[in-house]
Parts: sequence; C-alpha cells; structure tokens
Amino acid sequence: MAKTILAVDDSSSLRQMVAFSLKAAGYQVVEAVDGQDGLDKAKQQTVDLVLTDQNMPRMDGLQLIKLLRELPAYQKTPILMLTTESSDEMKSKGRAAGANGWLVKPFDPQRLIEVVKKVIG
Amino acid sequence: MTIDISQFFQVFFDEAEELLAEMERLLLAVDVDHPDPEDLNAVFRTAHSVKGGASTFGITDMTEVTHILETLLDRVRKGEMPLTAEHVDAFLAAKDILKMQLDGHRHGSSVDQDAVGNVRMMLQSLAQDVPVTAMAPIAPSFHSNEAQAVDHSGGKRYRLELPAMAHREVQALGAELGLMGHVSITPLDKDRNAMLVTTHESLDDLIAICSFVLNPDDMKVTELPPLDDVQAKREGDERAKVENALGYGFFDSTELQPQSAGAAAKDGEGYGFFQPLDEIRANAEASSEDARGYGFFQPVEQIRANAGIVDTGPTPQQIAEEEKKAAAKKEEKAHAVPHGAGAESSSIRVSIEKVDQLINLVGELVITQAMIEQRVGILDPMKHERLLNGVSQLTRNTRDLQEAVMSIRMMPMDFVFSRFPRMVRDLAAKLGKKVDFITNGAATELDKGLIERIVDPLTHLVRNSIDHGIEMPAVRRAAGKSDAGRLFLSAAHQGGNIIIEVSDDGGGLNREKILAKAEQNGVPLSENMSDADVWQLIFAPGFSTAEQVTDVSGRGVGMDVVKRNISAMGGVVDIRSARGFGTTISISLPLTLAILDGMSIRVGEEVYILPLGFVVESLQPVPDDVKEISGKGRVIKVRGEYLPLVPLYQMFDITPRFTDPCQGIVVIIETEGRKACLFIDELVGQQQVVVKNLESNYRKVAGISGATILGDGGVALILDVAALIRSSRQLADEQIFS
Repeated sequence: MAKTILAVDDSSSLRQMVAFSLKAAGYQVVEAVDGQDGLDKAKQQTVDLVLTDQNMPRMDGLQLIKLLRELPAYQKTPILMLTTESSDEMKSKGRAAGANGWLVKPFDPQRLIEVVKKVIG
Repeated sequence: MTIDISQFFQVFFDEAEELLAEMERLLLAVDVDHPDPEDLNAVFRTAHSVKGGASTFGITDMTEVTHILETLLDRVRKGEMPLTAEHVDAFLAAKDILKMQLDGHRHGSSVDQDAVGNVRMMLQSLAQDVPVTAMAPIAPSFHSNEAQAVDHSGGKRYRLELPAMAHREVQALGAELGLMGHVSITPLDKDRNAMLVTTHESLDDLIAICSFVLNPDDMKVTELPPLDDVQAKREGDERAKVENALGYGFFDSTELQPQSAGAAAKDGEGYGFFQPLDEIRANAEASSEDARGYGFFQPVEQIRANAGIVDTGPTPQQIAEEEKKAAAKKEEKAHAVPHGAGAESSSIRVSIEKVDQLINLVGELVITQAMIEQRVGILDPMKHERLLNGVSQLTRNTRDLQEAVMSIRMMPMDFVFSRFPRMVRDLAAKLGKKVDFITNGAATELDKGLIERIVDPLTHLVRNSIDHGIEMPAVRRAAGKSDAGRLFLSAAHQGGNIIIEVSDDGGGLNREKILAKAEQNGVPLSENMSDADVWQLIFAPGFSTAEQVTDVSGRGVGMDVVKRNISAMGGVVDIRSARGFGTTISISLPLTLAILDGMSIRVGEEVYILPLGFVVESLQPVPDDVKEISGKGRVIKVRGEYLPLVPLYQMFDITPRFTDPCQGIVVIIETEGRKACLFIDELVGQQQVVVKNLESNYRKVAGISGATILGDGGVALILDVAALIRSSRQLADEQIFS
C-alpha cells in the first residue's frame, strides 16, 4: 500500500505544491495547516513520514516534533523539517527536538521526492 | 517525471495578497511604545511566509524585498532593536511595494523600480550596521565556468521581458547569456519570463544573442539603475556560495557534521539527515510495526522459520479481502473525524465565474419552476392532487436553493473596511489631525458585486469626514472635546437592506454656509427648509463649502458622484448632522442585484418589469388633473403637485391600447429626488425576477437596465427608471427646440 506522508505548512500554496508533488510520486498525503492541526491529524491516523514547516501560527514545527516524539506511535517515524531557516542553530534545534533531517526552502519538487524516497522508499 | 509548479502560482498570488493585507492590519494595530511580542511574531510570520512562497515559485524581486524586511523584523521581534514609528512606516511602505510587485506578476501592471529601490534603502538604513545575511538564491541562475571568475558588480543591469516561449528555450537562452554575465529568471506568467542580466557587455551583444531564439522586436528591454555597492558585493558573495553548493544550496558551507563527509555534501544540496539513512529507515519499519499494535523481539523471518512455517504468502482472495476491510475501516474513520480542524480545511477557493454560472443555472431553474407552476395552475386540483403537491414542494425547494446559492456571492464588509485603517492613518498624519478609527459590523455580508462598487463612495465619505468633519486637535480642545476625533464605520442588516454608516464627532455641517453656497450656485431655495433638506443640497454637482481646497478633498467633485453611484446600486443616502457634535452619513443598499422585486406592467403587447423600489403609487387620473403645457408635454396634478407625464408607448415607439392617461394607468415613480408619472396600459402583477444582463447578451439599450424571463417563457425588459426620467426631460427639451 502507498505510504502516507503528513505535510504540515501554514502556507497553502506550498502545502498544495508539496502534496501535489508527493501524490504524483505515488504517496498518500495528509495536509495540516499548522502544528496543532498536524498533531491532531497525526493522532487520527498513523503516517510513515512527517514533513513540517518551522514557522507557523498556533504551534511551530519544533514544538510539533517534540510532541510527536512523545507519542508512542511516532517515536521512530522519520520527521523532516521544511524550513527557510538556513542557520546551523535552527538545525541543531531541530535535531534536539527529534527531527531526522531537514530540507531547505526553496526546493524544487524533484528534490523533495528524491529526499522522501531516500527515507521511506 | 517533471512536475509543473506553475499551476500553483495563482494559489500563491491569492495567498500572498491575503498575507500582505494581514501584515498591514497587524502593523496598523501595533502599539509602537508597547508592542505585543505575539503581534511582532505574527508580522514576522507574514513576511516569512511571503518570502517562502516567493522563493519557491521563483519570484525573485519579492523574495529580495521580503528578505530585507524579514531580517529587520526578526531583529525587532527578538528585542535587538526597539520598534519605532519609523519602523512601522518602513514596514508599511515595504508592504505597499510588495503588493505592487505582486500585482506586477499577477496582472502585468507596471512596477516602479525606483520606489522598490527607495524602500530597500529605507529598510537597509534602518538595519544599518546589521550584516545582511546571505539571501537564498531564487530562480535558476546561470554562470559559465569562465564567468565565475569575472566580477559583474558595477556592470549594467538589464531586464529582458521575453515573449512566450518554451521552458527549454528559456533555459538555453539563460545559459547563453550566462556566458556574458549574471542572469536570473523570473516567471511573469505561464509561458512568459523576465530575465535580469548583470553584465559588462553591450546591450547590442545581448540582443544579438537573444535573436538566435527569438525576434528581438517581441522582447521588452529596460535598463535598470545600478545596484549600490553593498548590494553588488552581497550578490557577489552570494554567487560564490551558490556555486559551492552546485547551484542549489545556500547554507554556509561550514559543516554541520564535520565527522560525516556525506552530510556536508547533502548540506550543500539543501537537505540533510541527523542519523545515517539506514538507521532512520530501520526505525521507521520498527515504528510502523509498533503503530499497528504489535512488535517482535526477533526478526519476523526468524520467528517464522523457528515455527516451521512455509512462506506461501496470502492468496489473492485474502489480499482483496484485506484491502476491502482496510478501505471500509478508512471510510469509517473519515466519517468519525470531525471536520474543520483548521480554518482552511473548512473553506475552498472557487473562481467567481463558477459561482456566477451556478447562480445563472439556478436562475434558469427558478424560471422553469415558475413555468411549471403556471402550467399546472389550470389543472383540476382533485384529479392531480399529488402532482400539485409535488410542484408546491418544488417551489419551496427552488426558493431555498436560490437563497443558498445567492449567499455564496455574499462577502463580509470587512473586505471594504479593512482598507480604511491605513488610509485613515495616512490621512490624519498628513493633515495633522488625530483620529480614532472604529469599525463595527465588519462581518455583515453583502453581494460581491455591490461590495466592489461601494468602495469608492465609502472612501470619499471617510476622506470627507477626516478632512472636513474632524477638527484640528487645538480646535477640539477649545470645544471641550478630546484631542482625537472619533470616526465610526459600521454596517448592519435591516430587512432586505444593508445600512452602512460613516459617522464622526467633528464640527457637523454648517447650515448657513450651505445655504449661502447654494444661493451663490443659483440653487432655488425655499424659506424654512428643514435641516434634512438643507443637508441634501451638498449632493448637488459642484458643491463644496470648504474654505480652502486641500489635495485630500474639497474640489467639489464628490458628493454628487457618491450619491449617483449609490443610486445606481439602488440605494439611498441619508445625512444626519448636529452643529458641533458631528455628522452621520447613512447608506442603505439592497443586499443583491441579481434578484429584484418587480412590478410587471403592460403596454400594447409588451410586458415590462418596473423595479418595485422606484414605485410610489399608481392611479388613474381624472381628465381635470391632466394638463397640457405647450411644447413640454403633459403634466398630471397629484395631490397638489404637478408631475411630468412619461408615456412609455412614446418612449419605446409601440402601439398602446390607450393614448389617453385617463383610460390607462399612471404609475408614479421616484428616483434621484425627482418624480414622474409613467403612463402604461395596465398593471399585470408583482413578482421576484432574476435579472439577466442585457449588455452581455445583446447590447446596452437606453431606458432598459436588464431583462428577465417570465413564467410563460417570454422575455420581459426591466425598465431603467432613472434613465426614463432623464430622457423624458430631454424629450421635452427637444420638443421645445423643434
């Protein structure tokens, strides 16, 4: 069965683009509009990979990653940060929060698919 | 596999527009002396989101501006720099620039590059000694190996607007031009791109290269002002980084994980992992098992082998069964999950054309339903009871459907209100006045078509209130009022109408001044005019009592236009004012223009619709009340008032049943403060009609505002009452001259 990816981003254009690209690559995509929504959706169903933006209203990406890692079902799920932050500081914060990797915006759809394929095949 | 992201441009444009509006709203609300950190974060987030989208979609110019804006906002929100009014002004100016750039990409409107440069300078000088961090590369950039060594800073900058051409050709051209200098590509729309070239080569050489793939006449070339040195240097540094990163990445190449060479390479490509990939994968498999509610202490294969199970795999039937179950389960889940977790998931964007098409279709349905209703009306209710019940059910459903569909076009007044805080702020500052701006009822809904048309009149009224209504702080203090004037903008539903009010606590209208001005303009005045009548005088063309004309308002064009626009929307304007206490201007509008309460009337064989809002009364005059005025047609005396007679058969040149008003019917209509008697053969009835645009289906016809389809399938024209009254006067005038 197709793997499911949770895409969390407050920008609807980016979220739609990510979802469209991943669907074109054969994945199922669940979209969430911010960290809180992402957490709720992650609880409603289990996903194989989480892609999350960092800067979002209500709950940011780091907080989402921390809370996901506290859930038994998400202790080992790969989580990638999509972020415009390019500083090492942000990377180490992401790492501390429990992210497995990062992908810097702007990225093109091919690269996104390439990275996702590397992680979950 | 190629993925075309241009289909998301429109989404990005809509989103960016919303974000910019949100940014402005937040900036206007921010308290400069005690800014709420949450607000600053929210402002930062809007800029950040615009930048994220702009960079992803390759919209270079917006990315550049948002980047500088974001850098400054970041420092302010982190408390590294105090927020000043100057900052807010600069942020607002940046927002305006971004909006201009956005419109440039979206609608092809012109972008004032000088203004962009100014705002960038303003933001940069505010950030002053802040080292400007490396900017993310935005669109594909091209450099040849030879070109890498060349420093293009100080070179000339050209913007080439390319004609529509294949993506591959644009790339090829970019690569060619890359040999001459630095090139970046910005998409303009689906097939068109603009190139920004920085080069020491001559423009002729550039054009010569371009002419290999396109006709230079189709290309628009603009020379841009040179970048300042800082900027050029930054772009130079930038380039070095871009090249290091194989044209993708933008991190400093300082390695995050020095122990892992692979990580550095990935870092350069713009992504990375904190653990070796196999580990992440292995964990993923383990965790997906955990999530299914089971787990193994030994590898599955080993357990199976130990138990002596031969791996046959599930039969196709079993697989199908499993999939069915899973699908059923998923569906169950989908139903169980409450919707609307996020604000966006509960609404969708639909183009206005689709909505209008839906409204049109429902309009057709209403007409068909009316036709059926009329046809079955002649049937025997005893014999056809069930059919008749069904039809009446259909009538109810149709009406509900129509109401529901019309509500789609409804938009909150906030759409209009939200543009005023900025205007009020700028205007008040310009005039040296203090104004507290308060809105109420922004959620009140109004038809989209009307919302768009109310903006101009409302803008005018708000301007007037600030310019003429609210006094200077010193004057207010002398009058015992607070320094800051209050300006209210409110909207509320009242029956089938929406009432929009602009209210200020300023000086109020000056009765004597208005009367004096009216006299000077030769407006006939009666003694002891009521205040309400005096206030209506300001709607006369060319009326202004302003002692000095400012560039804000007071040129005397305005109130008459406001009144005319509102009337054209079927609305009325009312003024209440008290000297020294302020003025309230109240606008009443119908909620929608798509449905109209009409009176069907007949002249000869033709049926017309008269909008009910204009009808005062109808009567059959007695011969004594009909008077002939030589050369000016006839008038009818109605309760002591002489009203001009407008014979519809004469206006439309048709053969009526009656030419004597005493045999037919006259309907008294009123608009723009003028009354007239419309002479027709008979009244047919009153009904709601669906308005069809005549211009889009045929062409504009004087005296007709639209058309509708009647229950019997026939077409009836809707009369333009204001035009009829106007042309009746012309008719009279022509008769005088002929």
